[in-house]
Amino acid sequence: MMPPPSPTATNRPLLEVRDLAVRFPITVSDGWLARRQEEVRAVDGVSFSVQRGETLGLVGESGCGKSTTGRAILQLIRPAAGEVVFDGLPLDELWVKRGRSWTWGPKLRDLRRRMQMIFQDPFASLNPRMTVEAILAEPLRNFGIPSGPERRAQIQSLLETVGMDPRAIRRYPHEFSGGQRQRIGIARALALGPDLIVADEPISALDVSIQAQILTLLQKLRADLGLTMLFIAHDLAAVRLISDRIAVMYLGRIVELADATVIVSAAHHPYTKALISAVPAPDPVTEKTRQRIVLEGEVPSPLNPPSGCPFHTRCPLREDRCIREAPLLREIAPGHTVACHLLER
Amino acid sequence: MPVADTVLSVHDLRTFFRTDDGIVRAVDGVSFSVRRGETLGIVGESGSGKSVACLSALGLVPRPPAFHPSGEVRYGGRDLLALSERELEHLRGNRLAMIFQDPLTSLNPYLRVSRQLTEVLEVHRGASRAEARRAAMTMLERVGIPDPARRIDQYPHQFSGGMRQRVMIAMALLCEPEVLFADEPTTALDVTIQAQILELIAELRHSLGTAVVLITHDLGVVAGSTDRVAVMYAGRIVETGPTAAVFAHPQHPYTRGLLASTPRIDTPLGSRLEAIPGLPPDLAHLPAGCPFHPRCSQAVDRCRTEYPAVIALSMVHSAACWAVEAPQ
Repeated sequence: MMPPPSPTATNRPLLEVRDLAVRFPITVSDGWLARRQEEVRAVDGVSFSVQRGETLGLVGESGCGKSTTGRAILQLIRPAAGEVVFDGLPLDELWVKRGRSWTWGPKLRDLRRRMQMIFQDPFASLNPRMTVEAILAEPLRNFGIPSGPERRAQIQSLLETVGMDPRAIRRYPHEFSGGQRQRIGIARALALGPDLIVADEPISALDVSIQAQILTLLQKLRADLGLTMLFIAHDLAAVRLISDRIAVMYLGRIVELADATVIVSAAHHPYTKALISAVPAPDPVTEKTRQRIVLEGEVPSPLNPPSGCPFHTRCPLREDRCIREAPLLREIAPGHTVACHLLER
Repeated sequence: MPVADTVLSVHDLRTFFRTDDGIVRAVDGVSFSVRRGETLGIVGESGSGKSVACLSALGLVPRPPAFHPSGEVRYGGRDLLALSERELEHLRGNRLAMIFQDPLTSLNPYLRVSRQLTEVLEVHRGASRAEARRAAMTMLERVGIPDPARRIDQYPHQFSGGMRQRVMIAMALLCEPEVLFADEPTTALDVTIQAQILELIAELRHSLGTAVVLITHDLGVVAGSTDRVAVMYAGRIVETGPTAAVFAHPQHPYTRGLLASTPRIDTPLGSRLEAIPGLPPDLAHLPAGCPFHPRCSQAVDRCRTEYPAVIALSMVHSAACWAVEAPQ
């Protein structure tokens, strides 16, 4: 299903993101008839790379910009600044201007088959009026695979890949449970044999026992198909199980990035530490003995971000410098980067 | 068997719904009780009946389509299921309170927070508006809302998710209820905010002696915030006992499966989850015998025909499973 990597591409990361920024214009109302335009900096200078076959976990709380980052990488949103380089191709150059707005150029449309997305809500992401066969045939048809027994066989084998009965092709989404619908969503993402999958909270709408089924399926597909994945989720315990490396986001920026084991056992950023300590363990003994760092206050609005370090308003270790100056991401050990002033001493 | 300081006890509660698809057995013979100052966790997945059981206990399930073929909810020497709507209204929000998963749908978007909070006191306690406002302000401060004097006159949409949940908790606790039912109170919140809210509920329980029934799908929340736990599957309690005992020695295959399905942050790298195969049953067409048998690796012939007896593992820990052996 996957094209073999070209010889020059072997050491190059499949995905490189440099200083990515996404801004959303919003209208702020200052009372009766007084309106002004402002910008929300949803993603603000995010950089990372993903190697072929690797899974990078992107974690953070609601509004931290993790989903927006995923969508900007797939060019579902046009980034305001920065670069997304997919398999050596800068994607920004593939947009074309039509009239006053930008749209995908033909090359970007073509690349779409190599970059796919799995969505959070399996109830909203499948068309209720299409059969499973039609849902899975759509991507194949879009990329020129004609209908016929061959395409049907391909669809049936996709269903088997995601652990479903191939006879399901005649049925409609409402006939399936949430977990099965998510399997259909995964099959759709896999239909064209993509190189990169962006999975945006793929398990958070599901029950615990079904979450485990889907997570196990993704682990298996990763191993069997050599998938490269950006796994976006708020649940650190789940992200850790599937990711090689984890990036932690806060208010549109990456605050820490390291190997998954390092993030959970030797995190340096005060926010990462608090996030890990807030994850409840299904174990009363651990829960009784652990030192929980309960953060005060809430995530500030990205519309009005704090000065200096975005985390300073909630940081238990804040110093004067943190209020004035935003820390840069620095490598503190090979492959482990942290954005925090306190580590510079 | 009710213990001396049992505040509320539910006996053999059944809540069925008449639907076009037949009779849905949402709650199918559930018994539990909760003591003063104690937190009972009810854990289960969607459709396990955990929410319906609590809503039924408070008379909040519309009848019809629901009906109770059996059951008793003892509170203050009375059976809540036999009370009139008027009598129930007098207890709800006053002696018995409930908080829900999504505070946005449980707060009235058209009313200022002040009005929603003072109403409870005016209705149930006959407080004057000024007294009620003072009490409401104190409670907002107590649940950790900064600047309550200003915030009290705002509308629900002006609060963040975590702050709205605090408003809900303030509203539920204003009359100092004896029992607080909290239905997934932190599911819609981020983990750092979840930690704040769970800590708040625990602290209020200690200071006010409220009995808490915490309904959740999250075993982590159960482990950290409850004294006892009841695990529900397909409308029944399959295992119950002190939280520490149930987590240390889970007996029912479903409890064990749920624990093995829950990712932990502290397991060694490369460890895998063990998912429970299959899906929960359709409550209108339950399989014969134990409803878990189609997904159970330990199922024997008897499980396919006969609902398991409840096996007592100790005075306080029991499980409903044919594969569990009672200690000699």
